[in-house]
Amino acid sequence: MDLVDILFYVFAALTLGCGVLVIANPLSRNPVTSAMFLVLTIISMAGLFVLLHAFFLAAVQILVYAGAVIVLFLFVIMLLDLKAEARRKIKIYGLIAGLIAVGAILALFFKNLISTSPNGGSPPTIEGTTEALGKLLFTGYVLPFEVVSVLLLVAMIGVILLSRKKLE
Amino acid sequence: MDWNFIIFSVVKVAIVIGAVQTFAAYAVLAERKISAWIQDRVGPNRVAPPFVKYIPVLGPLLTRWGIFQPLADGLKFILKEDFTPANVRKAYFWLAPAISIIPATIVIAVIPFGSYLGRQKMVIADLNVGILYTFGIVSLGVYGIVLAGYAANSKYPFLGGIRSSAQMISYEISMGMSVIPVFLIASTLNLSQVVNWQAQHGWLVIYAPLSFLIFLIAGFAETNRLPFDLPEAETELVGGYHTEYSSMKFALFFLAEYSNMVAASGMMVTLFFGGWSLPFWGLDQPAHGIGIGIAQIIVFIVKMAVLMTLFIWVRWMFPRFRYDQLMDLGWRRMVPLALANILITAVVLWAVA
Repeated sequence: MDLVDILFYVFAALTLGCGVLVIANPLSRNPVTSAMFLVLTIISMAGLFVLLHAFFLAAVQILVYAGAVIVLFLFVIMLLDLKAEARRKIKIYGLIAGLIAVGAILALFFKNLISTSPNGGSPPTIEGTTEALGKLLFTGYVLPFEVVSVLLLVAMIGVILLSRKKLE
Repeated sequence: MDWNFIIFSVVKVAIVIGAVQTFAAYAVLAERKISAWIQDRVGPNRVAPPFVKYIPVLGPLLTRWGIFQPLADGLKFILKEDFTPANVRKAYFWLAPAISIIPATIVIAVIPFGSYLGRQKMVIADLNVGILYTFGIVSLGVYGIVLAGYAANSKYPFLGGIRSSAQMISYEISMGMSVIPVFLIASTLNLSQVVNWQAQHGWLVIYAPLSFLIFLIAGFAETNRLPFDLPEAETELVGGYHTEYSSMKFALFFLAEYSNMVAASGMMVTLFFGGWSLPFWGLDQPAHGIGIGIAQIIVFIVKMAVLMTLFIWVRWMFPRFRYDQLMDLGWRRMVPLALANILITAVVLWAVA
């Protein structure tokens, strides 16, 4: 086992461990603690991206998710009534729905894992450079890219409409 | 494993961290001296170890310049009682200072502070996505402040934390967009290559002055310096996010602020002012000898010191923004300006090529 393998197991364990602690922390039901473990999960995932030589993805993962999205989570959480949130009971329907979703994803994952032979593919040779990614994004995948940006635009317009003061 | 690489990296990391912390400590002294000068006072001019006064001429001079003041300040921080108020959230209260100093320190890793010394590149990590690494790490800096505000469990720190989270996210956007023209012009994301490009073609501040202006303003906001120091705002929030902190924990926040200033100045020197290069005296080529190598490191440090002085000078010359003015400037002035800047630069580059 060389260094890269060891690091893979370290980051994978960190990702899974912190991920579990986000939703089921035995010590604390504080939403801020959950959010902080989500940050750790995302940073460990960035570590996995680095091991795959996807440096751009790793940097953007930290920049966008850890640096912006979860800071906004924290911003909102800190304005909520945290004591009521910590005492809140777990709803049984929510639990069942969540378990079904996780089960479905796991089933898909294992189906694919079983159907592929372990020695089938060759390791990927593409270096995740920014240049290569940019070229792919604006040539081969330009339609999905544009669709996603329109989706974000729609969300933004929706937020502006909802938060605007009513005109007299 | 490549032991050569490991040993040289450890040496470089140790020297850079030591240099940055020393630089931060003396930036505090510079801040006090410059503020004294602006307000027509004397500033720190007393502190010295006992033996210094027996040195003729030089001893009293160094004392009057306050050279020993940072040492005394550091000693005071260590010796003060580390008080933990009764109602704080302990885990976060202890974590927050550490979380705020770590990004401030590791962001320096990608900044090339010289070309070569012998055969060693004078940068700790020569990443191909250098600038993205910087922005990623800088964006983590907000957690220290937000958690400190949350951990203190009292009104003023909480307001400081809330303000900082909104402020730093807002200005990160204009900061990120302001540097895109730089990379369009230099056509690389690697900071060493950006410096090399500038050594050949001239400083980027001439090609992209608007980028520099936006980056500078956003830099003030990201380092929580006046005129954007709303998270700490002594006159309205007591001390903001670090109100409840004392001793070394407070010192860590303090050092983090100044390390962030060092990093921001280093970033600006690298992106806009040619990094280690000077257009004359043969300093515009990557160095072959030790002498030129050291000269280029000194050039970098001098450029950085000039920008640090600008940071300090601005703090004592301008009043603080109001919160709505801050948001208005960030979102309605600087973001459109940065977008227009990207568009114009791209069109000009396309027209030239």
